[in-house]
This record gives sequence, C-alpha cells and structure tokens, in this order.
Amino acid sequence: MSVSPAASREYPERAALRFVLNGRPVDVWAAPQETLLAVLRDTLGATEVKYGCGEGVCGTCTVLLDGAPINACLTLGVHAQGRTVTTVRGLASPAGATGAAADGMHPLQRAFVAHEAAQCGFCTPGMLLTAYAFLEKHPHPTRAEIRAALGGNLCRCTGYARIVDAVEACVRARPGREDVLRDP
Amino acid sequence: MIPEPASGGVSPAAYRVIGKALPRFDVADKVRGTTQYAADWQLPGMLVGRVLRSIYPCARIRRLDVARARALPGVAAVLTAGDLPRNGVEEDPTGAGLLRFTTPVLADGVVRYQGEPVAIVAAATDAAARAALAAIEVEYEPLPGVHDAEAAARRGAERVHDGRDNVFVHWKLRRGDVETGFRGAAAVVERTYRTQRVDHAYLEPEAGVAWVEADGVVTVRASSQVVEHFRALAEILGLPHNRVRVIAPFLGGGFGGKEDMTAEPYVAALAWATGRPVRMVWDRAESLLARPKRHAFVMRYKTGAARDGSLVAQEISLLADAGPYPLLSPRVLFAALVTGAGPYCVPHVRIDARAVFTNNVPASAMRGFGAMQVTFAYEAQMDLLAAALGMSPAAIRERNFLRKGDRLPTGEAASTYVALPELLRRAQDALGEPSRPSGPGARVGRGIACNMQPYGRTVWFQDRASAWLGFEADGSLVIRAGVPDLGGGQAASLAQIAAEVLGVSVERIRVHVGDSALTPLTGGTFATRQLYMSGNAALCCARELRAGIAPVAASLLEAAEADLEFADDHAGVAGAPDRCVPLARVVAECARRGVPVSRLSTFQGERSAPPDLETGQGRTFPDYTYGCHAAEVEVDVETGATRLLKYVACHDVGRAINPQSVAGQIQGGAAMGIGQALGEEIALEAGVNLTTLFANYLMPVAPDLPDIQAIAVESGEGRGPFGARGIGEPPTGPPLAAIASAIADATGARPLELPITPERVFRALAERAGTNEGR
Repeated sequence: MSVSPAASREYPERAALRFVLNGRPVDVWAAPQETLLAVLRDTLGATEVKYGCGEGVCGTCTVLLDGAPINACLTLGVHAQGRTVTTVRGLASPAGATGAAADGMHPLQRAFVAHEAAQCGFCTPGMLLTAYAFLEKHPHPTRAEIRAALGGNLCRCTGYARIVDAVEACVRARPGREDVLRDP
Repeated sequence: MIPEPASGGVSPAAYRVIGKALPRFDVADKVRGTTQYAADWQLPGMLVGRVLRSIYPCARIRRLDVARARALPGVAAVLTAGDLPRNGVEEDPTGAGLLRFTTPVLADGVVRYQGEPVAIVAAATDAAARAALAAIEVEYEPLPGVHDAEAAARRGAERVHDGRDNVFVHWKLRRGDVETGFRGAAAVVERTYRTQRVDHAYLEPEAGVAWVEADGVVTVRASSQVVEHFRALAEILGLPHNRVRVIAPFLGGGFGGKEDMTAEPYVAALAWATGRPVRMVWDRAESLLARPKRHAFVMRYKTGAARDGSLVAQEISLLADAGPYPLLSPRVLFAALVTGAGPYCVPHVRIDARAVFTNNVPASAMRGFGAMQVTFAYEAQMDLLAAALGMSPAAIRERNFLRKGDRLPTGEAASTYVALPELLRRAQDALGEPSRPSGPGARVGRGIACNMQPYGRTVWFQDRASAWLGFEADGSLVIRAGVPDLGGGQAASLAQIAAEVLGVSVERIRVHVGDSALTPLTGGTFATRQLYMSGNAALCCARELRAGIAPVAASLLEAAEADLEFADDHAGVAGAPDRCVPLARVVAECARRGVPVSRLSTFQGERSAPPDLETGQGRTFPDYTYGCHAAEVEVDVETGATRLLKYVACHDVGRAINPQSVAGQIQGGAAMGIGQALGEEIALEAGVNLTTLFANYLMPVAPDLPDIQAIAVESGEGRGPFGARGIGEPPTGPPLAAIASAIADATGARPLELPITPERVFRALAERAGTNEGR
C-alpha cells in the first residue's frame, strides 16, 4: 500500500482563489466542486467554522459573505472570489472595522458569555454571526423578531431562551438615544 | 415546605462561590471560536478515515472483496472484521451476570441493521477515501429480518440472532399483590402508550483523530462521553490496556449518544494498521442513519385508585425495541422498571420491562434513559384517574406523592427530601393567567406532569471517581479529572467547588479534563452522575488539601486553625480582614516545610448487590431528582396544529452550584423533551431509515418555542457536593406528558402516541367527533 500526495491528481482543475478572510486577503487553490466550508476548514485551517449537517438546515456552518449570513456547506468556495468572508474570529473586528476590544470580544460575544448562551458551543459561531448580521440590519427588534431571525440556526443544548436574552441585551438603544451597542 | 439544608447545616448565604452565576471559562473560548473540538484536530500526514455501511437492514454477506479498493492510489488501508485482532469485546450489558454478548466492531458475514459498519478505509484525501468505499465489492443476500418489536417478542418469532431469544432482557418488579389492589379500586384505567425512536442530534457529528505515539501508545482524541473506553479499544487491538489512551476534548453535545463508542474503534484500528494519524468525521446522514437512538417503547398501563384518589395498584408492561445489539438497553430498561410507577406511593405494583432484538437501528443511552419514556404513560394515567374520580390533576397527584422515607416499589426508602408538593405549586403558579385563544378555531389547554429521574449509576456498579488538585508556586490551582465536558459546565463546576473550599478565585484555576493517561479517572459523563461523583471527588480532595495546608497557614498567621478563612486568593483570620497572607506565600511555606500542596482523592459511591431478580426488591439507584412541569398549548382544531404558548419546568436541584448552568440544563432538557413530544421521529420502514436528513428530522428552532421558564428549588438534600442533585437528565421526561395533557385539556382527545403531530391530533378530533367518546 503506497500513499501518494494525491491532491493534485484528484483536483486537476483547481483554480486560484482570492478573497478577504476576517479583514486579511488570502490566496488559495480550490477545486470547482469544493465548498466554502471545505476551503475554510481544510485549506485555511479556519476550524471555528463547523460542519453540522452539510445540507443547509442547521446553520452551524454560517459565515458572513460580504456581510450576509450564508451556509458555507452549500456555497462553493469559488463564489467567495473577490469578496469578504467573516467567521466568528473576525467578529470582534470585522473587515474594515477597527479597535477590537481588549478581551478580543464583540459585545455580542460578551453577552453570550454573561448569559451563558452557549453550552456545548458548537452552534455558537454560526449563531453569533446570524445574530450579528440581523442586528446590523434591524437595530431595534422585538424578542419575537429575534427568535424568528435565529430560526435557521439549530441549538440542541439551550432551548434558545438564553441566546435570545443575549441578543436582546445587545439591541441598539432606541432612536433619539445614543446609537451604540449596549454592553450587557 | 422546604426544610433547612441538610448538608452541614450551611445556608446558601454562607457560601462565597457556590450558588453564584459565574461566567464559565469554556464559554468564553467557545464564543471566540478557539475551542478545538474532535474534528478540529490536525496532525502532519493525517489520513482521512471512512466507514462502509450496510445498505440492507438484514442480509448475509456472500462476498466481501477489498482488493480493488486497496490498490487505489492514495489508499493506505482497507480493513474488514478479520483484520482486527478481536472484533469486539465480550461484555455483560446487565452488570448483574445475566447476559454475555459481543457486539461486532465490523459486520462479520451478516449485517443486522441498515448502516452497520462493514469495512473501514484510510486514505490520503476524502475523495480517495470515498473512492475506496465505492471500490469495495459486497455481495449481499437480503433477508426479511424482524422489524416490529411486538411481533419480535412473540413466541415463535423469527430470530435476530441464531440460538438467542429475541427478548434478551426481562426485569421484574413485584410488590404486594396487584389483584388484591385492584379489588379495592373505585376506578381503574387501562391504556397502551407508544413513544417513538428519536435521535440525539448533537450538532457535532461523531468524530475523532487517532495516532500512534513514538512509544507505541495508540492515542485517540475523540468526541466521547467515556475516556474509559481505552480498555475496550486495547482489547480490540490486542494491546495491553496501558498502551491505549483516550482524550475527550470539549464535546459538541453528547446527550448519551457518545456514551457507547462511536468513531473510536475505527480511527484507532486505522491508525494502528497504518502507523499514520487518521481523522474520521461522520456525515450527518451517517449519524442519523446508524447511530443508536432513544428506544421506542410500548407501554401497557393498568392503574387503579380508591374513591379518595389514593393509588391502590399499578400493573405495567414495558417493551423496548433495542435493535440487533444489547448496548445499554438492559440498563435503560432497568431505569424504566424502577421509575415506572412514577413518584407516587403505590402499595401493589407489578412491572415487567423487556427489551427485544430487531433488525432496526440500535437503541441505547439517551438523556432520560428509560425513566423519561414512562413519564408519558404514568402521568397520563394520573390525569385519566383524576377525570374518572372527579378530581383535579393536581389533587390526585398531591394525594399520592412520595415523601421522604416512603417505600419505592423496589422496597427501598426514598432517602432524601421529596419537594413535589412545592414543585407542583410553583410550576402551576408560574403559568399565570390563562391565555385567550387567538381565533375561533383555536383551543387553549393546560397540563402538568411530575417525574423522578435517578442520578448516579445503579449501586451494584460500585461507582467511583477520582480528582487531583494541586497548587502552583504562584498560588494558582490546577485540577485534573477525567471528566468529559459535554457542554453542561462539568469542568467549570469543579473549579467552582474547589474555589469555595480553597479560596482560590475561579480565574486562577485551570481545569484539565478528559484524558485517560493524564487525568485521574472519574467514569464517564452519563447517568447524571458527573456532578454527583466527580463533584464529590473534587470536594473531598479540596477539603483534604485544605486540611493539609491549614496548619502552615495558621502558623504563618499566628492564629488557630479553626479561625482560618480561605478567600480571595488569601488565607486569613475570620473577622480580622487585615490579618491575611497570599496563598502563594502559604504554598511557599509548605514547600519549605515539606508539606504537600497537591492531592489525589477518590469518592466511592454506595455499593450494593443487585436486587432480587424475581421481585426487583433491593437497593437500586443512589437517589432521584424530582420535578414538575406545566404547559399551556393552543391547538388549531381545523388543522390539528399545536403551538406551545407557555412552559414552566421546576426541579428540586438540591443545591445549585452555578444557578445559571442549572437553569440552562433545565431549559435545554425541557426543549429536548418538547421536540420529542411534538415533532421528532426517526422513521423506519422495514428497517430502512427514512429520516437521514435534518430536513426531515424536525427539531425545535427558536421561533417554535416560548421562553422556557426554569425554576430551581434548593432543598439542600442531594447526595452531590453541598447537597446538590443531578440535573442533566431529569428535565427531558415531563414535557412528553405535560404537553399531551395540555392537548387533551384543549381538545378532549388524549394523545397516546408520540410525536403528537398535527395529523394525529386531527385524526383524534375526527374520531372523537364521530364517536363522541369521553377522553
């Protein structure tokens, strides 16, 4: 039994791919059929992006593509060409943003810790990114709207109440008040 | 009323760290995305492992040829049953000397369920591994198999294993005489209840990496609830037990599904065969197809009560579909046996609990472990009796609740406080004012359900757990314990316990867990035993360590030992805030005097012989956690759809080490039970799994659930550290019954089968309209 570095043989038509990952440009080779999840986890070592189901149901592999949450398991790597990809490790200082907090956490992450909104933590990276993108677009949601927004992300540990609590704690102040992320 | 705390007579206010909602260190890592789960581990030259699985639920393997697969480029190994030194370990799954069985690691000549592993491969890439699977030639002779548990249990049924009865475990409980009991009944209700097969659906699929160390130790870093599996792995590989090491990193959920081995034997065998590191991650479809599920139960209940509501007799028959291998079924059925009559005093009880082989997907441990399925049945019986006797559901329960000192059906006494009256009142009160129906076709209803769930292993397993605590020179503390952390805060709770006793702040404590070679063994994280067992081990260890260093601290402070106080990283004198020294100073002085600053302690749980096998009389579980849940639902009578409006889950947790973690366990456990009540089902057709996608395995998502209100009552009377009780499993059972009762209350039609889908409710309503039969 001999083992050969077979990668080049299996992916004869790999393409050069360039995108921005958590604020930094990356150059990788990717086969046309490789998912963004595989490119991130296996090629770039971004293991904070998790495989949960591979069929776009559980939301565990959620990343932001140009700021919008997508399932990395259903997105081809080549679709990221020339775009920005944000994983949970980029949340404290997303592309373009500056001044990460001293503890390396975004207020949402801090709220997840304070409310113990993570137990096993496996859904957490995807959940955080979905919540972040939602709050960016909807700064003043109701509790029911938060629940609806998280409907694409499964959590098997918490029953969701703590996650909704943590997101609610980060809702921006109402118009007319200082429009900043409130620390939990 | 809740009594004064029993353990040491210390009221919660006296604790500095216990009972505080401290942030968990592991959660901070998890939100940053830095936690390295099993599948995140990478080693140089690592191969990809994959499993070839049976496509048939029951078939003979006529031919299995791996030559072509082995010859493919990039393929390092293809292994079948004959390539393993031992294809499984003979075990007694009852622990009571009743059965010997070897579950094959790889199918040998016959496959007994769809998805059973037939061969394993290791290759340079995932594509090469998949190509190797495709190149393995298997010729099957499909057989009809046995797929219906009730049919399989009948005399003369086709056998799953030649020479073995399909019914492979039959526990019996006999107390009093049920015939006598029923003669004194004013009302008797008799029903058959069915619960379905469900999946754990942890979001982290089964995964592991294995490699061979320079000294020949086969090391497996896998998502596992039990690092003690190193012994079974060694047997399979023909190695001494001390040549296999299992590391359990933080798990992405377990819920019992990673209590039996998952990927461990396969990655271990492939690393052993190739000498290369191998990683194996199962697809979600593999997990849903072939991993053991929660047992489907058929439960026949006959329950009688006197005119005043007092239960007089229960006659119960429980049948569980185990699939083709015993796994943990005997223990699941034993838990069902002991708790089958519910948290009530019943003078005459007869229970038969059986597990039967079929060619369906195997069933084994899942959160609730047999004690949860029966909740659905015994609580429905209480409601039906209440209706028959013109009592309220609360009144009939209050009439029959167990109290401390009362005999369980096993003849042993309930040995700690039973808070059920308080739990019932608080759960009902918390539901508040009834909601108004949202439209003309909507009906609102309410239900309550009480339960008891054991924590800790049955006493004849003679459970024990060890922990090591040691100070570093700077006064920081290290804890070593073999605990796998499933996400429930198992590691963080040990830090909180040590912090309370030794005065080290939790930020200055590092916890090393889950390594069979480097951390003292605690036993696995299952049976709601970890806080009880390893928590007690850590508590003993911390107290002994403190006793060891206290004389040194006392002499440094020129104070009496009795006046010492360990707090805020200092040793000090109680009542004299200016008289204190940093712990680092105490540690340095201990080093100078040769006083040890580390310690290994073992907590030995209760030990006893198995109960009498003909009557079930004897000692069984260490203790129980009691609960009461209350639900309010709205049913759309035109569609049969149920919406959960309010949900309250109330448990006596003894003492909440970290109230936030406790509430998280209650909310999450209840959510899992709610999913089983209303939607989840692993559906099989003649053993063929129809639900191998999350797209058709319907778990609750955030918009499906109301805020589950968790109420933790603290009686202080548990057997865990500081009087804690286990809370991992207890909240999963009551939702089945509380929701069914709420639907019955709303519609007049009582669900007897799970899940309670809109279709089932609709049919029940149509039937009721047709026959106008009472509920």
